[in-house]
Amino acid sequence: MFEGLDATVLARAQFAFTVAFHIVFPAFTIGLASYLAVLEGLWLWTKRDVYLRLFKYWIKIFAVAFGMGVVSGLVMSYQFGTNWSVFSDRTGPILGPLMGYEVLSAFFLEAGFLGIMLFGLNRVGKGLHFFATLMVAAGTLFSAFWILSVNSWMHTPAGYAINDVGQFVPDDWWAIVFNPSFPYRLVHMVLAAYLTTAFVVGAVAAFHLLRDRANEGARVMFSMAMWMALVVAPIQVVAGDMHGLNTLEHQPAKIAAMEGHFETQTGAPLILFGLPDMEAEETRYAVEIPRLGSLILTHSWDGEVPGLEEWAPEDRPNAAVIFWTFRVMVGLGMLMMLVGLISLVLRLRRRLHESRWFHRIAIVMGPSGFIAVLAGWVTTEMGRQPWTVQGLMRTSESVSPIGAPAVAASLAAFAVVYFLVFGAGVYYILRLMRKPPVPSEPDMPAKRPIEAAGRAAGRAAAGVPDARPMGAE
Amino acid sequence: MAFDLAFIWAILIAFAVLAYVVLDGFDLGIGILFPFVKADGDRDVMMNSVAPIWDGNETWLVLGGGGLFAAFPLAYATLMPALYTPLIAMLLGLVFRGVAFEFRFRAEKSRRVWDVGFAAGSILAAFCQGIALGAFIQGVAIEGRAYAGGWFDWLTPFTLLTGVALVVGYAMLGAAWLILKTTGELQERAYALALPLGAGMLAMIGAVSLWTPLLHPDIADRWFSWPNMLLVAPVPVLVIAAVAGLYWAIATGRDRLPFLLTQFLFVLSYIGLGISMFPYIVPRQFTIWDAAAPPESLGFLLVGAGILIPVILGYTAYAYWVFRGKVDPQAGYH
Repeated sequence: MFEGLDATVLARAQFAFTVAFHIVFPAFTIGLASYLAVLEGLWLWTKRDVYLRLFKYWIKIFAVAFGMGVVSGLVMSYQFGTNWSVFSDRTGPILGPLMGYEVLSAFFLEAGFLGIMLFGLNRVGKGLHFFATLMVAAGTLFSAFWILSVNSWMHTPAGYAINDVGQFVPDDWWAIVFNPSFPYRLVHMVLAAYLTTAFVVGAVAAFHLLRDRANEGARVMFSMAMWMALVVAPIQVVAGDMHGLNTLEHQPAKIAAMEGHFETQTGAPLILFGLPDMEAEETRYAVEIPRLGSLILTHSWDGEVPGLEEWAPEDRPNAAVIFWTFRVMVGLGMLMMLVGLISLVLRLRRRLHESRWFHRIAIVMGPSGFIAVLAGWVTTEMGRQPWTVQGLMRTSESVSPIGAPAVAASLAAFAVVYFLVFGAGVYYILRLMRKPPVPSEPDMPAKRPIEAAGRAAGRAAAGVPDARPMGAE
Repeated sequence: MAFDLAFIWAILIAFAVLAYVVLDGFDLGIGILFPFVKADGDRDVMMNSVAPIWDGNETWLVLGGGGLFAAFPLAYATLMPALYTPLIAMLLGLVFRGVAFEFRFRAEKSRRVWDVGFAAGSILAAFCQGIALGAFIQGVAIEGRAYAGGWFDWLTPFTLLTGVALVVGYAMLGAAWLILKTTGELQERAYALALPLGAGMLAMIGAVSLWTPLLHPDIADRWFSWPNMLLVAPVPVLVIAAVAGLYWAIATGRDRLPFLLTQFLFVLSYIGLGISMFPYIVPRQFTIWDAAAPPESLGFLLVGAGILIPVILGYTAYAYWVFRGKVDPQAGYH
């Protein structure tokens, strides 16, 4: 018994570790693929050289990040079977086809056109190259669509029946794909990806503006990033609120844990800060605003908000963790919105590119999207515990019959390899970001051999922009 | 109806896995051959020859795994735990070699590290795929609907042989790919490597083919009983013809033929494997019909597969066509 529990905890740790590493890359590349499509489209439309320069600048970073997303995603597609075989057997008839659609409609599309996008401009011409960029961007969004449908079904299962060997089998595909929490989760995550990218782009732009505020590329991308923050952050707050209301309807225990409410109450306060204690069933040192909790969650002054006491102790999600991860996410969301608003004020005063203090803030906010995405995912996934399929299948019943030592060994191997490999990748990305976008942006990624051999000869010779940009020599 | 769908899906997944072997085999082979080619410029050319297409190639592996999960969840749920260690080692190998494509060109001082990562990752991935294949052929312990063996059941002399066999086979594919895509000294090096690799591949095909029927009487029965023998005879006959053709093609310095014939050998071996295994999806435990998802699941995904797989094949072919011809080492188009 104890050994079985151990293997479950280790399998959870392994899934959490590998998926957390993985999600960081798509969160960035979903947004960046769309940004690249916008840049290329603007270049083709306006013929302004600066957009091509920025396209070439970001596509190098995209290539590294995308590669890491691909390999870490490949691991995920096998994790279900290796570590969660009972879950796979029972949910396969429903979740398998959804993931199958993800592979067929998204992964192939991305992978098939990525080569052309990275290396093919001088081979296929501008129009087809732009098409390839659009396909890669569309692929990232299709991928988000299907995998979030899968994930949402685990939170709000619908359209299923259970057969005589205990498998969940499809009854209504429309209800399965568009299960109750899916539309909210999809919008929330795609907006999160766009915000993540906007703040990364904004931070890189700000970094270069601090060094040279005349750099045209840095000026353009800073402006674009701040427009994005201004427009998307408030939409995200609304989308997040709607997602929360949906969760209250379908997964009230998660909301109770997120809010640190142990007692069911009408006119519930909003607990700003506190330390939820699962044993004592109370939130210690709570700083509260009376009635605001009910107002936010029920949009009514004295609405009833459920507390964790409604559920048996073994059915409760861990409030001690998700109370805080939820606040980290919301707090960062508010800061993002504030940055967007400040940028508008500065823009109207024509100080956007001159306010050094604001550029420093933008740099600090660079990783905020990643932290918010991770905090949000921890909140929603731990908030579903102790279930893998909410209310129907427990996490402890989902795990593979693999001994704890095997799971521990593979977890250790993943940890070592991921820190090594993705640490190096992040270092290379940061090094690319440290270079400013310059008019003679080196072609991506042509002449690498010669660039490496003749570095002393100067980078200017490596890539003079002309009518045949990337890959042309 | 259910019969048909399960069979169609077995064919589709078999096709996805074959597509993976045919497409990713040679780019893993490039990695396996890295230690045999020392010059930095040659290694650039080798990598550039597959850089625009490797990602699409690897996606077939995701389709194989994902398709198994969707169409035969019981097989996915029992084979994955049974192959736990080789699969995780394979994934880690693929991580190393996958990131090396970008990292190698981004690194300055640590370029050698990613050369080693690319080679070691490719070899590890190929070796583990071979082990997984061997472990699949020899069968896994099942109780009820779950894997019931230990976490080293996969390790036997037979699986070590299949592991080595796949490394040799992929290396041969890589050499043939280099013959196809390069010129000059590098191409000559590839020709020189192709001869011993071709001989090694023949030896491996022979050894695995002889050992497999010894594992189970019903496999032997399928190959050596009358009149089956007559029906399956074309497979070994074609293997011998293809090997003879391959030797001739290498000796006379053909460009494309070695690659095509090596691929043909892989397809033949794969067909031979299919003859040995059918209709089991978990050997001698679950047939494809035992393990199939309900027809509603199979049908739903089949609609998408029927529309999307031809489209995928279309744009994959287009991507190959865009990057057709010899890699120009001077241009380094990458």
